[in-house]
Formats: sequence, C-alpha cells, structure tokens
Amino acid sequence: MNALKIKKGATSHSAYNLRPTFSDVVEQHTLAVLVDNEAGVLARVIGLFSGRGYNIESLTVAEVDHTGKRSRITIVTRGTPQVIEQIKAQLGRIIPVHQVNDLTVEGPSVERELALIKVEGSGDKRVEALRLADIFRAKVVDSTHTSFVFELTGAPDKIDAFAELMRPLGLVELARTGVAALSRGGEA
Amino acid sequence: MARQMSGAKMVVQALKDQGVDTVFGYPGGAVLPIYDEIFQQNDIRHVLVRHEQGAIHAAEGYARSTGKPGVALVTSGPGATNAVTGLTDALLDSIPLVVLSGQVPTFMIGTDGFQEADTVGITRPCTKHNWLVQDTDDLARILHSGFHVATSGRPGPVLIDIPKDVQFATGTYQPKPKATEYRYQPRLKADVEDLTELVAALETAKRPVFYTGGGVINSGPAASQLLRELVEATGVPITSTLMGLGAYPASGEKWLGMLGMHGLYEANMAMHDCDLMICIGARFDDRITGRTDAFSPNSLKAHIDIDPSSINKVIHVDFPIVGDIAHVLEDLLRIWKARGRQMNREGLAKWWKKIEGWREVKCLTYKTSDKIIKPQYALERLEALTKDRDRYITTEVGQHQMWAAQFLGFEDPNRWMTSGGLGTMGYGFPASIGVQMAHPESLVINVAGEASWLMNMQEMGTAVQYRLPVKQFILNNERLGMVRQWQELLHGERYSSSWSEALPDFVKLAEAFGAKGIQCSDPADLDDAIMEMLNYDGPVIFDCLVEKHENCFPMIPSGKAHNEMLLGDASTKGAIEVGGAVLV
Repeated sequence: MNALKIKKGATSHSAYNLRPTFSDVVEQHTLAVLVDNEAGVLARVIGLFSGRGYNIESLTVAEVDHTGKRSRITIVTRGTPQVIEQIKAQLGRIIPVHQVNDLTVEGPSVERELALIKVEGSGDKRVEALRLADIFRAKVVDSTHTSFVFELTGAPDKIDAFAELMRPLGLVELARTGVAALSRGGEA
Repeated sequence: MARQMSGAKMVVQALKDQGVDTVFGYPGGAVLPIYDEIFQQNDIRHVLVRHEQGAIHAAEGYARSTGKPGVALVTSGPGATNAVTGLTDALLDSIPLVVLSGQVPTFMIGTDGFQEADTVGITRPCTKHNWLVQDTDDLARILHSGFHVATSGRPGPVLIDIPKDVQFATGTYQPKPKATEYRYQPRLKADVEDLTELVAALETAKRPVFYTGGGVINSGPAASQLLRELVEATGVPITSTLMGLGAYPASGEKWLGMLGMHGLYEANMAMHDCDLMICIGARFDDRITGRTDAFSPNSLKAHIDIDPSSINKVIHVDFPIVGDIAHVLEDLLRIWKARGRQMNREGLAKWWKKIEGWREVKCLTYKTSDKIIKPQYALERLEALTKDRDRYITTEVGQHQMWAAQFLGFEDPNRWMTSGGLGTMGYGFPASIGVQMAHPESLVINVAGEASWLMNMQEMGTAVQYRLPVKQFILNNERLGMVRQWQELLHGERYSSSWSEALPDFVKLAEAFGAKGIQCSDPADLDDAIMEMLNYDGPVIFDCLVEKHENCFPMIPSGKAHNEMLLGDASTKGAIEVGGAVLV
C-alpha cells in the first residue's frame, strides 16, 4: 500500500525489495513507522507483533509533529528476510500508519539510545566507575557519597559495553529508552 | 450543509447517505437512542436477529451476495462480544462489514459498568480497523470513514463503538465526503513493466494455470468478466479456491474445478505440474498448498493481489503484482493483445492432453446406493433440480461444505457464500437469511450438516418473522463428519465426541417455529422431497438422512503434496504421518 515506501528498481520486476526470502539467516532490522497519534495506535502496532509472533527488541514512540499529530515509532526487530518483509507489509496495512521505513536496508542510518545507570560503591570502585564514565563520555546526573547516576547516549552496543563494565563496580539499576534512529543525509 | 443533530440521528443519517437499506441487529441498553431513531423512519429496514453472531453472519451473506457492505448493530458488552466470531470470519474472508456497537457513556468507561467491555480492545485484532467515538462532532466523519475503509482495498469488517452519551448529545453532521478525500487510498493499478514481464512469461509457458480466489469476486463483476475473457482468449486452464467459485463458470470448458485439500484431482495435479502459475486474488492458504516445500516445485509463480502483505507470505513468487484484480486484468489483457496475442499453442495442446488424462480419473466417483442416500447423491439431485433457477447457496462448515463445492456448479460470482478462512460452523443459516433479505425473489439454499446447523438454529425465529423462504438442506449423518473422518485417519478410529446424540426431530422443530419440515431417507423419494421443499413458499428444514460413515474425497492429507492425493475408496489408515498429524 502507499504506506509502504518502495524504492524503485530494487529488482528488475518487483515492487518490493526482493532479497532472497528463503534465507534462514536471522537479521536485525530497525524500522521507523510514522503514524497518526490517535488512541490505540500503539496497541495496534504491538498487537500485530504479538499476534503474529514477531520479535520486538526495542520500541520507542513519541509525537514528532504536533500540528499534524504524527508520532514516530522506532522498532528494532529480528527475523528472517521473509519475516522482515512480512512485518513491513503488515505494518503498512494498519490504517493510521503513513509510512514504514526499513533503516537497515535503505542506506546508512544513525541509531542512538539513552541510558541512565545507577552505580553504588565506595573507594577504588567509585573512582574506577568515574574514570570509565569519563572514557565513555557519560555524564553524572546525580550523586551521593556512595552512588552515581550516569547518563549515557550512544549506539546500543556502546551502552551494553558500559553496563558490562559497571557490573563489577556496583551496578544497581539500568534504564534504557530504546533506539531512536534516522537515515543519514539530507532526505527524509 | 452541516447540520446539527443528535448522535443517534447522525447514525441513521449516515447510513442513509451511504445507501444502506438493511441493518441486522439486536437492541440493548447502550443502543436504545439509535433504535429509537430507527423506529421513526422507513428508509432503513431493521432485521431483528435472535443472537448477535447471527446478525454478523447475516450481514456477511448480504454483503457477499450484493457486493455492498453489510451493516449490523449490536449493544455493548455481550452484544459486542457475541459479534467477535462473525467479525473474525469476515476479516479472514475479506467481507466488507460496518458493525456499530453501543458502549457505556464516556464518563463510565473504565469503571466496569453494567454491560461494559473494552470493545475496541477486544475487536482490534479481528477488524480491519475500529474506532471508539469520543465526541458527537466526530461521529459522522468516523461513520463515513468506516464505510470507506471497509470497502476500499482488500475489504474487511470495521467496528464503530459509540458511547450512549455520544448518541444523545447534539453535534454537527458532516456529509459523506468524496472517495478521493480520504487518506486511505490503496493502490489499484500495477506497474506496466511488471505486467509486461508476466505477459512475456505467459506467452512462452508450456504448462500455465490460473489459480483464482475470492479476490476476483471482491473486485466486482468487471473482474469476473475480464477473467473469463482472459481464460477464453488464452486457452489456459483455470482452477479456483473455495472462496473464488463462480468467478469463472463451472460449465466453462477451461474449468478444472476447485483445488486444495478436497479439490479435484485434475486441478491439484495441474497445480503440481505447471510451469507457470498465475495466482489471481488468492493467498496460498494452507488448505491450498498442502506441504509448502513440495508445492508446485517446477513452476514460475505470479501473484496478483491488492494486499501487499499477502505476497511472499507463504510461498515465494517470481512475479509479485500489487493492484486491484479488475484493473490488473484489464491492463494484462491489453498488453497481451498489443503484443500480438501470442501463446505457446503447441505446448498448451500437450498440456490439455495431460489434463484430459487426469480428468479421466473421475475423482468424484463414489459408491452409489439404492438403499441409503449418499450425501454426494443428495447434492447431485439438488444441483439437477435447482441449477436453472435464480439460486444462491450458503453452507455451514464440514464435509457437506466440501461436497457442496464439488457437486454444485456456480456460473456467476456472488452466488456462493461459505466460511472459508475461519471455518465457522453456524455461518450458513444466518448467512442465508442475509442473502434472502437482499434477494427476496430468489431461491436461497443453505447446505448444512446437522451439527453446524444447530449452532445458530435460533435464527429460525428470524426466518419465520420476516417470512424468508430460506431452504435449510441438512445432510444429517448424526456425526461431526469431518471430525469423524480425521479421527478415522489419524486417531485410530477412536471417535471421541464426534457424534450427534439427542438430536431434535427436525420436522417437529420446524413446525414448532411455524415453518415446514421435510424428512427424507429413501433415495427413491429424494427428488419428490426436494421438489416439495422448492415449491413451498416459506422457510423449510429439510432433514436429509444420509450415509453416516461417508468420507470426503479426494483428499490431500495434511503434510502431503498435491500429487499425493487420496481418492475415493482409498485406505485412509495411516494416511497422515506423525509430521502431518500436528497440522490441522
């Protein structure tokens, strides 16, 4: 449907990006879904994933156009190429969905996630946590004599790496926003 | 010409503006204002059903036999939850429905009020779209959008949940917009380059086959007309799914019969051995494909569908074409003609010779009897005695449904109403009521099994109240025939709960409702009994006592390929292997 953004010339005779759909290889894709910000729209998207047995690795949603009342949902999902194509087509079928973009195949994109990390400890561990935070360019947004809350922005694997390093130093709690992503370059 | 009126009045006004003449429904507390408005006008007929499931199936029957959207009206809570089966049925079979449900007043939503249910939450996965109307000023716009969404693109059911205070409040009525004013505009025309590539493949194919489905009928009468022209001009054999019967006439010489699990031998063999399969408005359902990794292994496949999500969902295709069937077939024919109407005539002649060989198998042959009525014989006689009439057929679900598809011939679209995707027992009787409401002068027959028919038998009250002369042709084997057949095949003949005990006396049942009952058990009496049914001006329950242990053949056992069909009198023991047993 119109909501499915089709790159012309993907293959010689197809309206679709026909990568081999027989492949069993599970891929991770980041999808950007532009929707009308109306009651129940998130439930429709999530219900599609649970009802048809698709995975959600992360999901973020917020209104991005207040006058047009549009929200952008960014979903990181995993599946075989056939499943990914199905997910995109099924999303395109939801009435309040305007556009579905697969940022993983439609050219280079940037992905960022924000995390808040609470670390509790004293002495050498506390000093080491602060030193590592500096290396990762994490900001201290709260501190007591025995704890820090760090704010870190980056690609998901950077946040994974930082959290792993903090674990032996007294990681107490981790909050992540999930991925927000945009394509690189000047075009929407 | 915006006008001020109450929400309830808006509902009736919008239905009139959308050309609705019939609404199937059941009143209740949360829809009383709408029923009050219906009472005060004469343009829209309201048909009082006896259960909300009946209302939805009746609306489906109305929709499928007219090509117009079916409309139903139910109350909140149990009214809406009773509609869920019908909504799911319509979603899987792509039937356009607009279902209006009452809801508790907006200020009570979320308080577990009397007859409150989260109707939009419950029906979200079983509708194409649904709305909860929060403001009377939005109501007219949403009602018109509902009709647009239900009937555009791949049709489907929509539900509009209307709280009682929204019905009472006054708001501004928005007139019906033009179709082009909606944002939802599914793609109708396919790319010419894509079609040209398909035409090139068609021109050289040695063993092509058309595999058509309900999408052809949903696309409208023009699509069926174009399909017929395409088949006659190219000489390509054609088969169809259960849902697509009638798009191409059963008497047409290129007709192979229905395909799939209980399809004809020649149709399934042609699907398996073809070198070019052109799927038109069908969706490679598991009843069609059998084992997907052995499905038509040596063919190029084209798929024409208005819904992009149908393409490459189950079977990978080489020519994916998104568009409306009528638009696509028109372009396809034009391109084929412009390129000189070429076909591989030599290859086609050989292909037809092969198909003739398969036809010789006569896969629908069954053991006849002069003592007991065979279900196949009953349908053969029904066909012989009614085929020349202005006839509509509905069915329930099970063996009788498959035999009806095999033994009745459909010459035109919109004449055959059956629950394909969901397989809803209890569909056929209310559907026949919906069909008869739309076509009061026509012959409407519901081919039923006794078990399915009992699931919505309360609708006898509706049939009698509205003097609808629907004929309930019940093939009574006192069994859940298809369940019994599967238990014979794969559960060691342990017939767990698959017989109908304590059945009513159907003749007395009919009489109790004020209708006519006929029972027949002797093949010699069958013709006269059927004629008695046809000649009676009113609803009839025809209790046709048939052979109790007849199995439905041909059959592709689950987990098998098209060329591994079982034919009549085949031993069914061990036909389904362990791997296939987990499939339904």
